[in-house]
Amino acid sequence: MTTMEAPATREIPYVSAVAEAFAQLMREDPTIFIAGEDVALYGSVFGVSRGLLNEFGPQRVVDTPIAESGIMGLGLGAAATGLRPIIDIMFMDFMGVCMDEVVNQIAKMKYMFGGKAKLPLTIHTMAGAGTSMAAQHSQSLEAWFCHVPGLKVVMPSGPYEAKGLMVAAVRDDNPVIVVNTKTILGMKAHVPEELYEIPLGKAHVIREGTNFTIVATGRMVSESLKAAELLSADGLDVEVVDPRTLQPFDTETVVASVRKTHRALIAHEAVRFGGIGAEFAAQIQEEAFDYLDAPVGRVGAPFTPVPFSPVLEKEYMPTADKIAAEVRRILGKQV
Amino acid sequence: MTDIAADVLLDIHNRMVRIRTFEEEAGKLMESGKIPGALHLYVGEEAVAAGVMVHLRDSDQITSTHRGHGHLVAKGGDLQKMYAELFGRATGYCKGKGGSMHISDLDLGMLGANGIVGAGPPIAIGAAFSNKYRGTDDVTCCFFGDGASNEGTFHEAANMAALYKLPVIFVCENNGFGEFTRQERHQAIHDIADRAAGYGMPGIVVDGMDALAVYESAGEAIARARRGDGPTFLEYKTYRYFDHVGVRGMGVIYREDSEVLEWRQRDPIALMEARLAEQGLLSADGAAQVHEAALAEVREAIAFAEASPFPEPSALMEDIYTTAAGAGGAA
Ligand SMILES: Cc1ncc(C[n+]2csc(CCOP(=O)(O)OP(=O)(O)O)c2C)c(N)n1
Ligand SMILES: [Mg+2]
Repeated sequence: MTTMEAPATREIPYVSAVAEAFAQLMREDPTIFIAGEDVALYGSVFGVSRGLLNEFGPQRVVDTPIAESGIMGLGLGAAATGLRPIIDIMFMDFMGVCMDEVVNQIAKMKYMFGGKAKLPLTIHTMAGAGTSMAAQHSQSLEAWFCHVPGLKVVMPSGPYEAKGLMVAAVRDDNPVIVVNTKTILGMKAHVPEELYEIPLGKAHVIREGTNFTIVATGRMVSESLKAAELLSADGLDVEVVDPRTLQPFDTETVVASVRKTHRALIAHEAVRFGGIGAEFAAQIQEEAFDYLDAPVGRVGAPFTPVPFSPVLEKEYMPTADKIAAEVRRILGKQV
Repeated sequence: MTDIAADVLLDIHNRMVRIRTFEEEAGKLMESGKIPGALHLYVGEEAVAAGVMVHLRDSDQITSTHRGHGHLVAKGGDLQKMYAELFGRATGYCKGKGGSMHISDLDLGMLGANGIVGAGPPIAIGAAFSNKYRGTDDVTCCFFGDGASNEGTFHEAANMAALYKLPVIFVCENNGFGEFTRQERHQAIHDIADRAAGYGMPGIVVDGMDALAVYESAGEAIARARRGDGPTFLEYKTYRYFDHVGVRGMGVIYREDSEVLEWRQRDPIALMEARLAEQGLLSADGAAQVHEAALAEVREAIAFAEASPFPEPSALMEDIYTTAAGAGGAA
């Protein structure tokens, strides 16, 4: 990946990184099509499929009725019969409408059929609060899907990850759910122009440190980097690990980090109770118990639906400040 | 038409004007950033809410949609509480927790706007089942869009409604689009009411810009439901003047301005005012007074909302369960 070392880097927003991944993948593989509500003519309400209809035409860029069960089933049937569908579910909350297809059909078909089926299906959706869209347009439900054997789940933290993980997800021969976060769609970073893959199931140490590990997902990665800066003023040298893929989870990289730093905290935007952080914390304790100098901490949203009012939503949202405060609390020197 | 009482006609007109004024002012406040989040405005479709709702009692229920302000205004909702909710204030209908897409008033039988397209029909048949079970002659009107008529939830609910002869009225607001997708690109039929036959209930296509046509068709369907004769499917052909979210609506990629202007020629309020003038029930001056009164009422509601406090941060963790007991998961 020579462009990565090139001094002149191309910075593009997250949303363009996703759109570029779709276009380049579709050029490379004629069996890939994308279907979803307003993905064609309008280019998706988030802009992730802008330009695709013009280039690939209506057979490969399909506007669907508002019918999530139907759309998801269409993806399943097409994947089982030789195509490589990308199914867009506009807001992650709407996954509730098509849970049977995802959980009882897509996740299980291969196993139930004794390994015969192959489902190269990508589900693309948008999670996250912070836009005053209230309880049915703001959820982060990734833990639900991590709990279902047969599914893979990725959660990109920035534009570079968004493109590379999307490429890996679409090329994977299993159902993969790509959970993007709507509040970081405008985030800009270097993204190589060529197609590149970020391997699924591999975590990334995004900031090296020596005495505290923060494992963060999605938008919480950038918040954790900010928290790490705040904490460096306290003399802490924080390592930040981005799992990138939540299922399968890269236990090894995370545990290696914790064995080095002896302290860990998990940060995600989803509700804390039963969130993926609980699983990560359990794995850390199983694999690195003797190395831990403090309980594994967790930062996530409180146990409530997402509120509408900006003052309540502000209270709800996990942030860099809340992460830093929790790290200090764990260290027993809360200020 | 002439046999409709003058006070009913004036009532329908008044409801339409109040909806429009509410929505136009709300649109401005959203565009200027004073109202957070997304508003799906009802301008252009007022005849449907007004013509249906004028038949309903407070004990009759409705289920609404993401485009729900008009429904609650027409059902007799408190404009101050509505605006306070849009502004996210503690005095709002939902204490600021729901916002535009979740405005509700259970005391008025308004079972909520909804952020999930197609969520209304199953809820509506539950309320109708309850009305029947409890031995009342209350009915439930289920409002939903052309786009929503493609969700499986609608089809499951329609079948059950007819099967159990439930006192429910499916009020399909066909405004020609689901978001940015034109009806002919999201379903292979022209009249959605055709679907009713497949479930064993009458399906009627009505001009949704004509408040009197709405009034009469809804009246029959509601009477039928009250008598215990089961559900009806009413399709109202209407049009959304504004954009899917917010105000703009013209100069957009998914429709021609000429189409918008054509529909505006048949504006439901103008149409009604012409009729009322013709019958000598409302002069131009009289109509202007109705508009002014609505604007004054809406401005008062906005002032109330803006003067209202935001919720206390501690309210975040209230109202999750009916009992005080939490379920673990400390904040
Ligand atoms: C289950 C679900 N899918 C998709 C959406 C996104 N969405 C919100 S409104 C809308 C269009 C609804 O169209 P229609 O039912 O015709 O109502 P209209 O907006 O025209 O009043 C869509 C797709 C949603 N809110 N819920
Ligand atoms: Mg519509």
